[in-house]
Formats: sequence, C-alpha cells, structure tokens
Amino acid sequence: MNTPCLSRPRGAIRIQDVVKVYDPHGAAVTAVDHCTLDIAPGEICMIVGPSGCGKTSLLNAIAGFHDITSGAIYLDDRLLCGPGRPQSEPGADRVVVFQNGALFPWKTVLDNITFGPLVQGRSTLREAREKARALMADAGLADVESSYPAQLSSGVRRRVEIVRALMNDPSVLLLDEPYRALDSLTKSMMHESLLQTYYRNKVTIFFITHDLEEAIFLGDKVVVMTSRPCRPKKIVTVDIPHPRDHNVLTSRRFRELMDETMSAVHEEAQAAFAAGEREG
Amino acid sequence: MAVTATLAAKGHGRGSDLVGAGLSIGSVLILWEVMAAADLTAGVPAPTAVLAAWWNLLFDGGYWQSWYLSAFRVAAGFFAALVLGVLLGLAMVVSRTLYGITFPIFEVLRPIPPLAWVPAAIIFWPTTELSIAFITFLGAFYTIVINTLDGGRAIDQRYVQAALSMGASRMNVFRRIVLPGTLPSVTTGAAVGMGITWEVVVAAEMISGGGSSMGGSGGGTGGGLGFLIWNSYTGGSYEQIIVGMLSIGIAGYLSSGLLRRFGQWATPWIGRR
Ligand SMILES: Nc1ncnc2c1ncn2[C@@H]1O[C@H](COP(=O)(O)OP(=O)(O)OP(=O)(O)O)[C@@H](O)[C@H]1O
Ligand SMILES: [Mg+2]
Repeated sequence: MNTPCLSRPRGAIRIQDVVKVYDPHGAAVTAVDHCTLDIAPGEICMIVGPSGCGKTSLLNAIAGFHDITSGAIYLDDRLLCGPGRPQSEPGADRVVVFQNGALFPWKTVLDNITFGPLVQGRSTLREAREKARALMADAGLADVESSYPAQLSSGVRRRVEIVRALMNDPSVLLLDEPYRALDSLTKSMMHESLLQTYYRNKVTIFFITHDLEEAIFLGDKVVVMTSRPCRPKKIVTVDIPHPRDHNVLTSRRFRELMDETMSAVHEEAQAAFAAGEREG
Repeated sequence: MAVTATLAAKGHGRGSDLVGAGLSIGSVLILWEVMAAADLTAGVPAPTAVLAAWWNLLFDGGYWQSWYLSAFRVAAGFFAALVLGVLLGLAMVVSRTLYGITFPIFEVLRPIPPLAWVPAAIIFWPTTELSIAFITFLGAFYTIVINTLDGGRAIDQRYVQAALSMGASRMNVFRRIVLPGTLPSVTTGAAVGMGITWEVVVAAEMISGGGSSMGGSGGGTGGGLGFLIWNSYTGGSYEQIIVGMLSIGIAGYLSSGLLRRFGQWATPWIGRR
C-alpha cells in the first residue's frame, strides 16, 4: 500500500493579501478580502466555508479566469497576478476540475484526455495516446477510452477528468467541489482513487468542498473560510499520516479533527445565515 | 432477459407501426377511390387516375427536368445559405461588435417572409433563375444564422475555461470548442432550413413562371415542380397537380432524411447512451 513517491513535489502557492471585488464601480460585491494563505509544494489544501463566501472566486483568480482587485498570487515564486498584472494567464501548470465537470461532450474519453498535450503541441498524437493509456490503466479506465462522456456514469466521468488534468503534468490541481454530485459510496471510492493517483504524482492540490469528512480524509490541512468576504478563519492541520485509507474514517484522531473543524465552520455558517437573513 | 424483452417489444412496436401506417394510408386511399367513383370529391381525381397520370409523366423528359430544376434551385439556395449563414452566425458569436451591428438589422429583416421578396428580387436580379435562387436562399438563411448564433452563445463557459486551463490558445478554443459545440444546432438549423427551402422554391416557381429554362418536351412540365403544379392547374390537369404535390412531398422527405443522416454522422456524441 505504501507507494513510493516518484516525482519531486512542486507547486508552492502563495496567496498574499488578495482582494476580489466584483463590479467595483457598481454593486461592488467583495468576494475575497485580504486573504493570505501559503500552500506548500505537494500539499493537499482543502478549502471549506459557507456557501457563496468566495471560494470559487479565489480559485478563479489562481486559475486566471478573472482578475484580482489587489494583492498578489505566486506560483513557485513566479508572480501569477499582482501589482501591474491584475489577471493571471490561464495555463496548463494549474489545471482546473470543475464543480459540474467539463469533459467535452463531443470528444471521446481518449480525445478528452489527450487534449492538453496536443493543443500545447507538447507531444505527438502517438506519444499523447501512449501516456493517456498508461494513466487510464492506472486509474482503472482502460475500457472506456472510446466512449463519449454522456455514456459514462458520473463517478467514471470524474476519474476521467482527473486523468485529463494530470496529463498536463500540472504543478497544481485546482478542484472546485469535484465530487459534489456523487453518492457517498462512489465518493469514498473517488477519495481513495484520488489519493492513489496523488501518491503516484505528487502535485499540489487546492480542493474546495462542503464536505468536512472529505476535507479531513484527503487534506494535509483544512482551511476554514469566513463568511463572505472570505479569508482564512482557521487552519486545521491534519496530522494523520499518509497513505490513508477508509480505516482512517473511524479513528479517534479523525473524530477529534472533525469536531475541531466543525465548530469553526458552524460559527461561520451561522454568520452567513444571519447575513442572508438581513439581506433577504 | 429484461433487455431482450424490451428489444423484442421495440422491434414489435416498429413492425406494428409500419403495419399501422400502411393500414391508415391504405384506408384513406380506398375511401378516396370510392368517393371519387361516386363523384363526391368535387372534381378531385381518384388515386388510380393520379397513378396513371404519374406513370405517363415518368416517360416525360419535362417531368424529370422539373425535378432536376427544383432540386438544383433548392441545393443552390440551401448551400449558399448554409455557408454564409454559418459564417455570419459564427462571426456574431465571436465578435460582440459585429453582433451589436448586425443583430438589429437582422431582427428587422427576419420577419419579412421570403415570398414578400419576390417582386423586389425579380427587379433586382438580372435573371429569373437568380431571383428564385435568392428567395430560396433567404428561406434557409435566417434559420441557419439564428441556430448557429444560439448554439454558439449557449456553449457552456466551463468548456472554454477548461480548454484555456489546459493550455489552449484562442484559435484552439474556436476550432476545438466553439465549432463542435455549435455543430448540433447547425444541423438542426439546416434541417429546418431545408424544409423551408422546399416551401419557398415551389411558391417562387409558381409566381415567376418557371424561370428562364422553361420548356421541356411535355408542354410546360419542365419548369420546376412548383411550376408543374401551376401549369397543370392552368391547363386543367388535376391529376398532374396531385402528382406534382406528391413529388414535392417525396423530394422534401428525401432531402431532409439525407440531411438528418448527415447530421447524425457529423455529431456522433449526440443521443448515444
Ligand atoms: N461574476 C460575478 N459578478 C458579481 N458577483 C459575483 C460574480 N461571481 C460571484 N459573485 C458573488 O461573489 C460571491 C462569492 O461567490 P463564489 O462563487 O466565489 O462563492 P463560493 O464560495 O464558491 O460559493 P459556493 O460554495 O456556493 O460555490 C457570491 O456572493 C456571488 O454572488
Ligand atoms: Mg463555488
């Protein structure tokens, strides 16, 4: 079970005093407020927080899907966005896996997975396919390569999507509630499969979720965000050693960490609820 | 077990559908024949008389020329509309400026039925043939533009973001996301457009008198299927009117069937589960 780590971890993320205001000259919705957060190379950082607090906004800023109002974000000491450069350029070093999934419906699984290397012109079709098939075999996806996404179950689609992201050799995976729509059994299979994949390819993982059990099972640390505008309220370090499997879920330490996280989240959820009541 | 049962049920369903269709068409034909024999159809000829007229036309070069002419006009108008419509639609998807300029003009012109363009087209275009082609073109053009535009604008932003995040360039996004993402609605637009094209070409032929390539051996049977109907009407051949109508039905059915096949072939990811 103890798979040796093959590749050197990379992908340190430094989020420095980031502010994100939507529509600054109009409604001025502040989604992220002076948020500072450091994520170590190869760390699994789980982000939890009340609905609508600004988690996706932070992820989109890292991914380069929109600009930030002030502050700076660095990846391995390279400035992604910051002073004089409000929006980072989206790139294959930070691949995003979306809340509802974004496999291209018009491409087969294999063509979806080889998309990144081919559009980047990084490898030939043959090389890309070879690599794709190797990764798919590891993820137990060998026999779906010529299916279209609509023909697959949602669990399989998620696994394909993670493989598609890994094909780009990213230093960071940005996951926005990727397992939200799954039933709990499929979800726990996904968790173990994600960890297995992670042990083979140590990338930094920035993972947004609402599911505390998921957060603690997967995370090296769990960042509890404040209600909108979001900034870290509490960082829980998960000191359960890797490799982990489902037995972790019943351990005492797991329960303690759950309690600790739960109370922080609960406070913020109440704050968000009260704010919602006021607005409504 | 369950699967075979459903399959069998489906197969049975299709078979009985065919039998049902045959029965219903057959009984209408018989009723029609009986009523015509009893002189109850107000001059509409009996199916057997229509069949006889059709049989004669099969050996008339003019009849086949009409098929050729109408099909040629439909094809010319339709393909021009397809190419220009898809290009304009895509350009409007990509460029906000172009969209802002074009869309209002478009919305004013669109409600004008193609047939209202007939007089203007005849005056404007140097030959009748070109006016007919133009009107046919208009029939399909708007539908294809609107479908392309709607399809392109409805592409989920997540696909674009996912592509960008995997290192795709803007050009890549256009080729690999916008084009395939728009294709299903283009094929829908094309199928609808093709239907309109047949409606329009027939009317245009009737109004314009069959176009420049009038003639053929069969005394006015060779100006297009629409003209064939009109000419049969003025000539008092009611059997031929019905033959013309049925011919158009068959032509429309064949062309949209062909188009549907092509659409399914081009979008293999649709409707496969
Ligand atoms: N494009 C936008 N323009 C204006 N406001 C926006 C925009 N996108 C998000 N917001 C607002 O910013 C706030 C944060 O949104 P965001 O999607 O980042 O929250 P979230 O934490 O990801 O929520 P959830 O848990 O529901 O996914 C919300 O109040 C939202 O309404
Ligand atoms: Mg979100």
